Amino acid sequence: MQLELSPEDAAFRDEMRTFFTTEIPQEIRDTVAERRELTKEQIVESQRLMNQHGLAVPHWPVEWGGQDWSQLRRHIWHEEMQRAAVPPPLAFNASMVGPVIATFGSQELKERFLPATANLDIWWSQGFSEPDAGSDLASLRTTAVRDGDEFVVNGQKTWTTLGQYGDWIFCLVRTDPEAKKQRGISFLLIDMTSPGVTVRPIELIDGGHEVNEVWFEDVRVPADQLVGELNHGWDYAKFLLGNERVGVAPVGATKRVLAAAKQYAGEQLADPLTAARFAELENELLALELTALRVAANSSDGKPHPASSVLKLKGTELQQAVSELVVDLAGPDSLASGAGEDSAIPWWSRRATPAYLNLRKASIYGGSNEIQRQIIAKTILGL
Amino acid sequence: MDFTYDEEQQALREAVRGLVGKAYSDFENRRRAVAEDPGFDEQLWGRLAEMGILGLPFREEDGGSGAGPVEVAIVAEELGRVIAPEPYLASVVLAGGMVAAAGTAEQRAEVLGALSAGECVLGWAHAEPGASGAARWSATAAAVTASGSGTEWTLSGVKEPVVAGARADRLVVSAALPDGGTGLFLVDPAGPSVTRAGYPTHDGGRAARVGLDEAPAVPLGEPGADLTATIAVVLDIGRVMACAEALGAMDVALASTTDYLRNRKQFGVPLSTFQALTFRAADMYVSLELARSVTTWATMVVAAGRPEQVADAAARAALQTSRAGRHLGQEAIQLHGGIGMTAEYAVGSYTSRLTALDHLLGDGDHHLRRLASTVGEHGEVDPLP
Ligand SMILES: Cc1cc2nc3c(=O)[nH]c(=O)nc-3n(C[C@H](O)[C@H](O)[C@H](O)COP(=O)(O)OP(=O)(O)OC[C@H]3O[C@@H](n4cnc5c(N)ncnc54)[C@H](O)[C@@H]3O)c2cc1C
Repeated sequence: MQLELSPEDAAFRDEMRTFFTTEIPQEIRDTVAERRELTKEQIVESQRLMNQHGLAVPHWPVEWGGQDWSQLRRHIWHEEMQRAAVPPPLAFNASMVGPVIATFGSQELKERFLPATANLDIWWSQGFSEPDAGSDLASLRTTAVRDGDEFVVNGQKTWTTLGQYGDWIFCLVRTDPEAKKQRGISFLLIDMTSPGVTVRPIELIDGGHEVNEVWFEDVRVPADQLVGELNHGWDYAKFLLGNERVGVAPVGATKRVLAAAKQYAGEQLADPLTAARFAELENELLALELTALRVAANSSDGKPHPASSVLKLKGTELQQAVSELVVDLAGPDSLASGAGEDSAIPWWSRRATPAYLNLRKASIYGGSNEIQRQIIAKTILGL
Repeated sequence: MDFTYDEEQQALREAVRGLVGKAYSDFENRRRAVAEDPGFDEQLWGRLAEMGILGLPFREEDGGSGAGPVEVAIVAEELGRVIAPEPYLASVVLAGGMVAAAGTAEQRAEVLGALSAGECVLGWAHAEPGASGAARWSATAAAVTASGSGTEWTLSGVKEPVVAGARADRLVVSAALPDGGTGLFLVDPAGPSVTRAGYPTHDGGRAARVGLDEAPAVPLGEPGADLTATIAVVLDIGRVMACAEALGAMDVALASTTDYLRNRKQFGVPLSTFQALTFRAADMYVSLELARSVTTWATMVVAAGRPEQVADAAARAALQTSRAGRHLGQEAIQLHGGIGMTAEYAVGSYTSRLTALDHLLGDGDHHLRRLASTVGEHGEVDPLP
């Protein structure tokens, strides 16, 4: 056992810290630090800067722009990025569809999509959930019927995050209605500008528009946009969701918000109850960070560690708890969420409640926290 | 950063697991051992000495085997897995640790040599009855006072509860010094002016009230020197080792609970088919893993850190483990239903031991209070030095 980072890893950490704090524009990082909404352009700019330096998709195979890093280095990369308030590479591209294409796609699909995906020349959306298929994703009904060299897709997806920016969408579609639930599903890449695709916004409780409904009416999709084998989409989806969970505990970002909250708190920090809430959250975050390090250090075979469900579950709970603390610190000022820049109330108080409300999503998406408990109970505890 | 044991450490773990597992994995054996004084298995204590376990933390020139905190934590965790009643934490880690930190070369060689060889059980007489507020779990003494000068010293007052105090061959006693500060003393409990009243504790252990009435005492180290800082460091190390012991106990309490949920049938099906129950087991696992992360880290800080870092890490591990221990202990009994309440069934004893560990060296709220009083002094908590 060893506490310190090796000199090489420590140097790597410094290198990452320098890159993120000097190469990514201050204005973008301020937007993240102030918990305001990023524009599409800001997300694209940030990811392209990272990609130029080989830092956008380090977990991909080296030939497609990945880095031959240890899990620990990936962890350090991720933490330093969050610490510096740098927007992480778009998850749909970097953690979801990219690794699926790189692992299961044909050489042709790799060449066609991976460089553009890493550089965010294509903005991907995730078309998994449907109105009647959420946690029970395998009951999805959107169909793809083979017709010559094409699939004809019909159905409805929902909760499509940032679908309004989407160039392409990766979908789970039913290709064999006769087969058992999980067996008849395929993984299909669809150009969102195809005729028959409609995107409609859904307004969320924080007033923002980050999710959408996506409708498919007789959308014709070239058959070579199928990833991997027909009717094996469920396997690829499971692979993708496992990856999603690993990066999902935003320890660095939550730590940063908690540290900022001390500034917001000012004199309130003298209140023993408030101080105790800080101390308890700090300690739980420490425990989570150390668990993430343990998981990173022990998953050298590249597969998600079983305890990664702990990270998703606890990581989102703490992220939510910190956002709740910030609302409480703002107190009555937190009502002024609609006030403009001429308000006498500081921006962090105005942002507090929308951020808190928005973060309720964290324990719902990416496999809800109940689903994570199910995974722990079944696969780890054998219940 | 590396959380894994090397080969020697794994071998140590297997060896200790083999030895104490043979003694206590049958819970009936443990019940028999704790039923009669001294409340533990003297033969097992001897075998631990033969294996070098009792001398593990001490320098070789003091009669020990010169291992580090990681090795001691491995032992503590294994003892926790079978809730071994041997007074390892009190006698070796705390009392022995005080002698190692404060004693002269001769005192160390004499006392630690005998302790390592299994010839002498040391008692750690520090807690004072009825302590509250800042005095509770502090590194200082108030109710026992020392008087004297040079090498001629006597102690007066009461220490309680003293773990294994009635069995101990030697006592390490903290006492308030005439000129302020706290000193450490060796006391022969069989000597004049010492009274001992032993009793069983709820976790199957033994403790005692130790009365001192101008009892002759030998100062550890330089006579009259204030050792508060030394005591604090050893207590912090003890806290981390108590957390390691708790990890072992929690691990087994969870495993016992999941076994039970799989095997117990009600309404014609195994309990594990009820999601309300499996989710609670999943939350127990989350608590355990988080406590394991912080305790393992704190152990590495003990091995590498400065005293103020050790104090901080010990408080953080203690807070996390206190919360986890209560959560796991309470849920383990609840999910076992009525059988969890019985003395014959192990799980309740695990909860009892977790509760004892929680209160021995500072509970979660105690450490939270300390951490809360300093939250304004740093931005983030960074575990990497
Ligand atoms: C902001 C946001 C963004 C999203 N982005 C996307 C996206 O980009 N692409 C995409 O495809 N999807 C996306 N999702 C969808 C998300 O993955 C689903 O919301 C999620 O899978 C839960 O499904 P559901 O909403 O239908 O809830 P339901 O499955 O109906 O669940 C309702 C409640 O019941 C619980 N529950 C369900 N089943 C069980 C069970 N077996 N045991 C115990 N409890 C259970 C759930 O945890 C939840 O609390 C997003 C969701 C949100 C809120």
